Amino acid sequence: MRTVLYNLAHARAGDKGDCCNIGLIARRPEFYPVLLREVTADRVKRLFGEWCKGPVERFELPNLEALNFVLHGALGGGALASLRLDTQGKTYGFALLRLEIDVPDGLEVEPLI
Amino acid sequence: MRQPFRIAGASGFWGDRNDALLDQVRGGPIDVVMLDYLAEVTMSILRMKMMRNPQQGYAGDFLKALDPALHDIVERRVKVVTNAGGMNPRACAQAVVELARKKGIAGLRVGLVRGDDILDQLDALAARGFALENLDTGGSFSTIRERVLSANAYLGSEPIAEALRAGAQIVVTGRCTDSALALGPLLARYGWAPHDWNRRAAGIVAGHLLECGGQGSGGNFAGGWEQVPDLANLGYPIAEVEESGEFVVTKHPGLGGLVTPAVLKEQLLYEIGDPTAYVTPDVVADFTTIRLEDLGADRVRVFGIRGRPAPEQLKLSVSYQDGWRNAVALTFVWPHAVERARASERLLRARCEKRGLEIDEIHVDLIGVSGAHGPLAPVPREEPNEVLFRMAIRTRDRESAKRFGEEIAPLVLSGVPGAAAGLLSGRPEESLIVNYWPTLVPRECVRASVEVLES
Repeated sequence: MRTVLYNLAHARAGDKGDCCNIGLIARRPEFYPVLLREVTADRVKRLFGEWCKGPVERFELPNLEALNFVLHGALGGGALASLRLDTQGKTYGFALLRLEIDVPDGLEVEPLI
Repeated sequence: MRQPFRIAGASGFWGDRNDALLDQVRGGPIDVVMLDYLAEVTMSILRMKMMRNPQQGYAGDFLKALDPALHDIVERRVKVVTNAGGMNPRACAQAVVELARKKGIAGLRVGLVRGDDILDQLDALAARGFALENLDTGGSFSTIRERVLSANAYLGSEPIAEALRAGAQIVVTGRCTDSALALGPLLARYGWAPHDWNRRAAGIVAGHLLECGGQGSGGNFAGGWEQVPDLANLGYPIAEVEESGEFVVTKHPGLGGLVTPAVLKEQLLYEIGDPTAYVTPDVVADFTTIRLEDLGADRVRVFGIRGRPAPEQLKLSVSYQDGWRNAVALTFVWPHAVERARASERLLRARCEKRGLEIDEIHVDLIGVSGAHGPLAPVPREEPNEVLFRMAIRTRDRESAKRFGEEIAPLVLSGVPGAAAGLLSGRPEESLIVNYWPTLVPRECVRASVEVLES
């Protein structure tokens, strides 16, 4: 089954210099392996395209059933210099949650969207 | 069993709710309130304020929060720890003493932590061979040296603990780590040993959960905001910390908000990098060791936290002038709003060229279509009823930034049709860009000092 990441996870994003970090949290423990498999650093880098100039790093937090993504060069020069509307990348978590992913048949996912 | 030590958060940034402090003090028993005011952006704003007036340069909101709460704080013997001092902690501490005097409160002891400001040591550091390269980009410090406005090292929790041990009831610091506002009082209370890395890491994690105010108790909660009760009366988070370092995060029962593992997970992940190495001057905390247990009724137990020795170097936050910016905006309505916004962009670019404006960078947002997410936003299936066209520029030349602001209003009469004036009244004005340069300094170059003032 194909669905939107929003249905499996929630996210919070923030800034550090010109980096944006996005914490991605499984809504249920059984969704965490899906996040691990589907939401790779490569996919996040491709999703953000030209809006993320540098590499994307992914860190795993199995204790919280969560992933942390660090997007380098993703804020148009950093919160203080950026010309963008969202200078701190606070809404980038929701941008990530648009991602379409495959979930195994039989895994029950409540369609929130 | 001994009562845990209760630390309440009451501010997450400069601009947060000023009534949260009174709510925390009156809402139930607490030992300490911590108020964080300093984001990366804040120090440079405070620096500019201080350049205009040497008596300013601190987060004046702290005094507004403190004013209605001070009698209760004194009566209940609650301690207050804040980094509201910003660029000018002495002026902030003196303002607190003055406020106490005005209220007829005698003998209030106000701790003042200084030493983070090392602006006057930069040349000496360079002479000793410290490169001060940009931590993120590797850029050379010499490219910004002439434009530097401020340089503040991140202090840790020790000076805060020292001020509390010296009898201060209110402690005012400049740039210290947000989480030190929790660990400092814990060190003063429990006397954890310098090499007790696990308990220190626990104190830092508690601080991280409290340092963003309402974000730790249901504010900005993406995992189910619809279920958060009474955001208008959001009770900010409270950590009840045991001597062992284990703690429970909760909130006052009479206030709104929500404390669940999901809420805490969002805050734990907020503004972090490698979770195995959350670096502070006090300890390196490993966030992958944090365990959460839902106790129900807005109580979550946090335990298992491990830490490693503190780093040899401290983070230094440098701010510097980095040109000028200006932004203009117009609203376009149906039909073909997007096309007309794009046509206006071309028109504005042509005008800038014709008038010879020097512009280093141009950024265009179509708010209502792709304003926040640019190329990530999908093309809307239906034509939007209206679009807010926003064009922002950056330039080294102040005059060009100023003249850019003159180009928007004429478009209403001399541009494409269907435009309403933008968001702002009057002509958009240029503003100075004060940028941020993170770097490292050796620990021994930074000497914190503590003194206690009295009303």
